[in-house]
Amino acid sequence: MERLELELPSARSAAAGGAPVVVGVVASGNLEVLVERGGTPDRCRFEVSTSVHGFGAVWRAVLEDFAARRAVAGLAFSVNDAGATPAVVTLRLEQAAEEFLGAER
Amino acid sequence: MTLPELLDDLFPAGHAVRREGDVLAGTGRAARGEVAVVGTADGAEIGVEAALALAGEVLRVVREAPGRPVLALVDTAGQRMSRRDELLGLNGYLGHLAACVELARRAGHRVIALVTGQAVSAGALALGFVADEVHALEGARVAVMSLPAMARVTKIPLERLEALSRGSPVLAPGLESYVRLGAIASVWRAPLAAALEAALARPAGPDARAALGAERGGRTLAREVARRVGGGTDAG
Amino acid sequence: MSPPGPPVPRRSYREASARRRLLGVLDPGSFEERLGPAERATSPHLAALGQPVAFDDGVAVGAGALGGRRVLAASQEGAFLGGGVGEVHGAKLAGLLAAALRERPEAVLLLLDTGGVRLQEANAGLVAVSEVMRGVLAARAEGIPVVALVGGGWGCFGGMGIVARCCDAVAMSEEGRLGLSGPDVIEETKGVEELDASDRGLVWRTYGGKHRYLLGEADRLVDDDLDAFRAAAIALAGARRPVDLATLSREHHVLAARLAAHGAAADAAAIWTALGVADPDALALLDADEFLRDVAGTRREAR
Repeated sequence: MERLELELPSARSAAAGGAPVVVGVVASGNLEVLVERGGTPDRCRFEVSTSVHGFGAVWRAVLEDFAARRAVAGLAFSVNDAGATPAVVTLRLEQAAEEFLGAER
Repeated sequence: MTLPELLDDLFPAGHAVRREGDVLAGTGRAARGEVAVVGTADGAEIGVEAALALAGEVLRVVREAPGRPVLALVDTAGQRMSRRDELLGLNGYLGHLAACVELARRAGHRVIALVTGQAVSAGALALGFVADEVHALEGARVAVMSLPAMARVTKIPLERLEALSRGSPVLAPGLESYVRLGAIASVWRAPLAAALEAALARPAGPDARAALGAERGGRTLAREVARRVGGGTDAG
Repeated sequence: MSPPGPPVPRRSYREASARRRLLGVLDPGSFEERLGPAERATSPHLAALGQPVAFDDGVAVGAGALGGRRVLAASQEGAFLGGGVGEVHGAKLAGLLAAALRERPEAVLLLLDTGGVRLQEANAGLVAVSEVMRGVLAARAEGIPVVALVGGGWGCFGGMGIVARCCDAVAMSEEGRLGLSGPDVIEETKGVEELDASDRGLVWRTYGGKHRYLLGEADRLVDDDLDAFRAAAIALAGARRPVDLATLSREHHVLAARLAAHGAAADAAAIWTALGVADPDALALLDADEFLRDVAGTRREAR
């Protein structure tokens, strides 16, 4: 497995988030994302474990894009990936963040 | 060791075990009294008929011989693989067998399983691993399936599986693995009668295999995980 | 593999994730997960193989309410390694069943979606399944109903197929499949003449919910719908199959009679005809209610 850890600046969401949330499933072409409180007030954290080696730069690009577009500071994302495409990765990250932050409402 | 030799060694005071097809049934005389014997021989595959016959023998012991200990001799290549057996619900017949063994245990019959040859997959599960204790003869083999078959199904190259299984009780086929995992309590050596007497003398208790696996280092997580989910001190 | 028949309904049980099924079957908001994904109880054996792990090792377990009554429940994620049972996964199930003896819930629900032993963990998986089996039998023997729900995409096979039938009751959808050796395994070991795994109709007639219901291997047949499974779980939560001589003797008789009556049957259609089904070929297209009405008069074995 290849591992990647990254802390990125992001905007802070109005909601604080509730209990940890997991979306997705570890199956071929898919991934699971666990999101919980973490990072710092103006940064989010990512821990990725992937069975597909050599795509570090792609992961970085996807995560940087996500952290820039969404207000996810103070969130920690942990990923078990089994070869998902960038589009699917982004989808799951967004699903996870939305579910985690939406839990309070 | 042939079946007659095995029975002679287990029951030097005498035994009367008949064989009907793939199923063994009868009694042996131990120091503390009669022991019911039930099981399979010669690596037989277990289909619906054999599962039913084994269950029937266990029920007969419960009905006719209260308190009599049961020795389950396990030598099976696993479940019979046929459309007919699946159509008829072989999983249900084996579930029934397992429940009958549970009944025997709860009704006060000490149930000891002895793997004499092979114990594969469903055969191991429904006849062997439901006993109070499971022991094995030297040279016996316990397995889920062969490494080549596993390689085909998991798509992990056979060489990789073989390399990884060296020293790993989780993957290495063989008795030693199951001893380390806590599934096989011990390996019996001659004189078998003494080993049997010792097993019969021990009182029955809850399923201690996860604890045994932890002690022996083969399964370091099972006991702890079960404990964390259960909130208590040991599994039932 | 998707079954023949009507299109997938909106709140499909089969299409739902393991956790989503629990949320749909249990009373809203009642599920409290134990050793959930945030605890990261993952498999060291998969890691040693360089295979991806799942944070919950493919099974969600915990406590909840069902129709207001307290239950313990588990739900397997079939999409993760075919729902295979490994050391940690199995220990979560065994621990839950042990908890049942201590906490004495009204019932234990097992939402099974599994090919059986997780081959990547081979020996540890086999032992784990056997501990789950012992746990189910112990709960059942102590009067705590254990109800199996089978309706996921991976069915319920291998040693877990035996575990399902160690439970007090089984509810299945037509989409669910229940057996010991699955169609692929039979085809691979005995050849396509023995069983053609690509013949969907044959597979569903051999292992599917409707056949299992008619055979007496399943107690309830429901549509592929979360609410339908919830209703079945509520109805079956009071089911009891005591581990006593009278009950097991009666069941032994039923199983012997089944073998005597159908042991020479060429296929499921022959069995259904023998049970009194007028038009076996029509059964595949009926939804659960239509099917149950159609077979109401048959000599189906009931436990």
